[in-house]
Amino acid sequence: MNYVFSFSWLAEYYPVLLKGILITIELTVVGGLLGVALGTTCAWARALGPAWIKPPVSAYVELIRNTPFLIQLFFIFFGLPSLGVRLTELQAANLAMIVNLGAYSCEIIRAGIQATPRGQFEAGASLAMTPIQTFRYVVLVPALQRIWPALSSQVVIVMLGSAVVSQIAAEDLTFAANFIQSRSFRAFEAYFVSTVIYLVLAIVLRQIMAGVGGMLFARRSVR
Amino acid sequence: MIEFTLWDILRNLLLAARWTIVLSLVSFIGGGVVGAILLFMRIGGSSLLRAFTRYYVELFQGTPLLMQLFLAFFGLGLFGIDVPAWFAAGLALILWTAAFLTEIWRGCVESITRGQWEASASLGMGYVQQMRYVILPQALRVAIPPTVGFSVQVVKGTALTSIIGFVELSKAGTVVTNATFQPFIVYGLVALIYFALCWPLSKSSQILERKLNVAHRNH
Amino acid sequence: MSLIEITEVRKSFGPNEVLKGINIDVAPGEVIAVIGKSGSGKSTLLRCINGLETIDSGSISVAGAQLLPDEAHLKALRLKVGMIFQQFNLFPHLTAGGNVMLSQMVVKKTPKPEAEAVARRMLERVGLAQKFDAYPDELSGGQQQRVAIARALAMQPTALLCDEVTSALDPELVAEVLAVVRELAAEGMTLLMVTHEMKFARDVCSRVVFMHEGRVHEIGPPEDVFAKPGTPELKQFLGMQ
Repeated sequence: MNYVFSFSWLAEYYPVLLKGILITIELTVVGGLLGVALGTTCAWARALGPAWIKPPVSAYVELIRNTPFLIQLFFIFFGLPSLGVRLTELQAANLAMIVNLGAYSCEIIRAGIQATPRGQFEAGASLAMTPIQTFRYVVLVPALQRIWPALSSQVVIVMLGSAVVSQIAAEDLTFAANFIQSRSFRAFEAYFVSTVIYLVLAIVLRQIMAGVGGMLFARRSVR
Repeated sequence: MIEFTLWDILRNLLLAARWTIVLSLVSFIGGGVVGAILLFMRIGGSSLLRAFTRYYVELFQGTPLLMQLFLAFFGLGLFGIDVPAWFAAGLALILWTAAFLTEIWRGCVESITRGQWEASASLGMGYVQQMRYVILPQALRVAIPPTVGFSVQVVKGTALTSIIGFVELSKAGTVVTNATFQPFIVYGLVALIYFALCWPLSKSSQILERKLNVAHRNH
Repeated sequence: MSLIEITEVRKSFGPNEVLKGINIDVAPGEVIAVIGKSGSGKSTLLRCINGLETIDSGSISVAGAQLLPDEAHLKALRLKVGMIFQQFNLFPHLTAGGNVMLSQMVVKKTPKPEAEAVARRMLERVGLAQKFDAYPDELSGGQQQRVAIARALAMQPTALLCDEVTSALDPELVAEVLAVVRELAAEGMTLLMVTHEMKFARDVCSRVVFMHEGRVHEIGPPEDVFAKPGTPELKQFLGMQ
């Protein structure tokens, strides 16, 4: 092998990489927050909601969990315009990530809700709380605490999965890598550097999720 | 301009879906073999091998599958090998699958209680015998549902190989879309075909898990 | 005028009828012990009064609030009558104080400072003023049950339902919980309690209800029920045969 590695292109292209990193972070933050919110709502619907709401929510969850993210993304970006829904690359990428994480986190959070002892629901009810109030104030926090590690892993998986949004020309980190390799012809180095960046992002994201968990579930006095 | 009927579209997609199935099988079986080897390195006696597999798993679970595909595709090229897309796709998917299966299986082995190790040790069994006759048979039962469940991730993972130019279901979807200008129908059908492949696997994983839980309760 | 009116209440779980036409009227300030074998329907009766189970026929009302299966009626009923559970059911993610404050703020929309003041008073009433900031898993079973009582009291109910409140406790912790219940009785709280503590029932209760196979088999003041049981079933239950 007489290939000579070169990273000199970094000097010229680092702003491109930086922009890509920021977009990947933006996608992860928006997708993570709204996706978990959607997942929580769906988990409530599937575990505790009225009977009529369960079939459509189950259908959504099963459909998303059993099709590739790439196809969901293509369907949203290329397919929806024929229904008159035209989204920018970034909007489509954000929506796809929310919808995707929503389905996965629904199943994870539902498991947490279903592990709640019956007595917690009854105690809430006996104190005259409505079912929604009991869910919000009594059930939800311990349920999230139970499944926080699994939820954190899923958020990391979705962040890594976001690499494919480059395929609809959303200008994320992978898009930056593709751009650099097409200009500098340093394909391996460009992908190697972005892979390392993804790895760092994944490690940092895991720490952040642990930190958020620590804050959410911290024991604190009520004052 | 050629008119495409729905059947034309579906037929082309189904033909391409064969390659999705082949690649899924290759990745899953190959990943299983590599994963099994890694598992024994992970739980074995050598701290060097344990560390190696830990970092291996960390690396493959901490980076995008798409990047792994790119690196396999372009990286192998550096060695002067003219890599066809199917080879890079298969290699990356096998290594990626192996990382996840190793981690799933390690959890299963570790779920076998200490008492089982102690009981078998007290009967004079050595490490290999303990593994062979006591631990693995139990771990295997626990491992089946999540392993079947992960096969769904493998099938979906093959969609990414379209990006490095391997022609399977997703790539066919793009090609057919470009010919028909009917992305809504084409990608809708592509999604349904993936669903038809994945849903039975998801469902059987759930059923197997329920059976296992019932069996455990009856112990 | 009765505070709690239970009229011809029937309740089935599938083919199994557990309440076969129950009639009990409870006057304000009465302390009633419900005794009977397990499976006699006594816990189910209590759970019905709090709306945790629906009833198939008959009616239940507490201080004018009817048991009806819609949210508004259930809320009105539950504001009148609190419930203490065998397993305490404290909220694990909240401190003792937080447990007592939560429903005041969420249900009654009491402002936080006021809810906190009430919580402190109630915890003091059950002898746990110093445990305001402790989490449930830092408390003994007896302490947890006392927090549960404080939590119910903070809603200012007109009556309390106690479902075997000492059954999950270690023997040495039973007394501290019973002391709190005894004090509530002395203060005039209306109490309906399912219990296995016969001595306590005899000392504190105004009436004793003996349930057998889904019916009120005997009812009367404790001196009659315990000293002169009228039926062989009660005699057997009391171990007098």
